[in-house]
Amino acid sequence: MAYSDKVIEHYENPLNVGTLDKNDEQVGTGLVGAPACGDVMRLQIKVGEGGVIEDAKFKTFGCGSAIASSSLATEWLKGKTIDEAETIKNSMIAEELHLPPVKIHCSVLAEDAIKSAIADFRAKQQAKRELTGAAPSGAAKSAASASAE
Amino acid sequence: MAIQLPIYMDYHATTPVDPRVLDAMLPYFNSKFGNAASRSHVFGWTAEEAVGHARETLARFIGASNPKEIVFTSGATESDNIAIKGVAEFYKDKGNHIITSVIEHKAVLDTCKRLEKQGYEVTYLKVDKYGRVDPDDVASAITDKTILVSIMLANNEVGTVQPIAEIGKITKSKGILLHSDAVQGVGKIPFNVEQMGVDLASVTAHKIYGPKGIGCLYVRRSKPRVRITSQMDGGGHEFGMRSGTLNVPGIVGFARAAELLIEEGEAESARIVSLRERLRTRLWKELDAIQLNGSPDRRLPGNLNVSFSFVEGEAMMMAIKDVAVSSGSACTSASLEPSYVLHAMGIGDDLAHSSIRFGLGRFTTEEEVDFVADLVIRKVNKLRDMSPLYEMHKEGIDINSVQWAAH
Ligand SMILES: Cc1ncc(COP(=O)(O)O)c(C=O)c1O
Ligand code: FES
Repeated sequence: MAYSDKVIEHYENPLNVGTLDKNDEQVGTGLVGAPACGDVMRLQIKVGEGGVIEDAKFKTFGCGSAIASSSLATEWLKGKTIDEAETIKNSMIAEELHLPPVKIHCSVLAEDAIKSAIADFRAKQQAKRELTGAAPSGAAKSAASASAE
Repeated sequence: MAIQLPIYMDYHATTPVDPRVLDAMLPYFNSKFGNAASRSHVFGWTAEEAVGHARETLARFIGASNPKEIVFTSGATESDNIAIKGVAEFYKDKGNHIITSVIEHKAVLDTCKRLEKQGYEVTYLKVDKYGRVDPDDVASAITDKTILVSIMLANNEVGTVQPIAEIGKITKSKGILLHSDAVQGVGKIPFNVEQMGVDLASVTAHKIYGPKGIGCLYVRRSKPRVRITSQMDGGGHEFGMRSGTLNVPGIVGFARAAELLIEEGEAESARIVSLRERLRTRLWKELDAIQLNGSPDRRLPGNLNVSFSFVEGEAMMMAIKDVAVSSGSACTSASLEPSYVLHAMGIGDDLAHSSIRFGLGRFTTEEEVDFVADLVIRKVNKLRDMSPLYEMHKEGIDINSVQWAAH
């Protein structure tokens, strides 16, 4: 398989590899995929004032395209509000990296990871509101366990 | 000495033509270009003589008693097809049952699948965690309808050597034919059709430093005389078993390649084993969480199949792109399915995705092994720093206890 220059660039010099404190209430963690499928992506966002993503980190077990997709995703997330972040689509990642059809699912995983990290962040905020006062019960509780698709 | 990049460590896929083989072949492209089937002039006689000589060498190579037992084909895929389909068709009045194993090459498995569609019954024997077929399983799978057992000499992915001699005793005693795809093992480990009771065997030149597109099928002529229905109609070449003008330069190269292994194979295997062990020792010393796939002792000299846990195989291949290896990871295959061989051995899909096959061979040097070991160690560590699974492993989380959402 021939890789695009952009995949190779992100793969060889991945941006934002690392770990944020998953217990920090400003941090949202998304862990998607499964080892048995050959791909697991963990993407974390740290959300600051006004819902702006201050930092994003990833760790990925997967092929070069999956690593490049995560690297690109974290780069795109930084500086966006979480509402803006939600509009990132796998097709945008696939297009930017020139992914061939068999590697589209690697970009899908990145989109899932973004969504899952945002959901985790929102759930934490919801839980915080519940703790501090009246809030609707039954808010989604999202652990750092995997969810995909 | 400076290392020449890229480094080839994929000798199970194919091998370069040895220069001595090429030298032997060259005259047969031009000055000795005759058709071996031309009976009426010197051009034909010269070609025929070369082919006859090649047949003798190849018979000696696999321990066949009669050169006429060597049928030239285009390679092992064709040999496997002719052997299995040819026997199935010829002996269909005797029975319709074939026994093979789940870890055979696709040339055998897909041939068997086609026969199943035509009404044959096929038993696919399981293997143990090392990828070995149990001869007792062969014995107990035999029915009064069984006509053929097909088990490979050694597996192309994990290098596991099969107990062909033991299986041969069983098939002999039951009067059932035994075919062996000997492609990966012949010339590297002991293989002798007479001593092992093999009735049909597939061999290909390009895995033994010969050219691509030439191979042979051994078809036993006595005790018992094996009959096959030809699968290619035409001029009746190769004793009526495989029509088509012979690839004389290929045949000459094939035989020269075999001759070199008759002379040097034993010493070469010993050298390759020591190189492989050098690689293995380095990797095991400097990396944690790695697993050998296949048998620790009954394996091909040049095979080292390793799973580097928490690192995906294709990413690994990309990281060591100056080294040609292969992987059982789904990400490398068009089908997005991990290796069926590793799966059959009970190796989890996560480890299959992390597997890398190093294939060492004739032209592998100690310097290359050291270079590859250094590179692999560095890159595995780099990729593990990027792997969420390795981080979890380090935190003491059992990856298998996590509820993953398979997709
Ligand atoms: C075990 C085995 N059988 C058959 C083949 C097919 O051989 P050929 O390439 O000569 O058709 C191969 C090689 O790919 C092999 O490894
Ligand atoms: S992670 Fe398997 S193809 Fe990308």
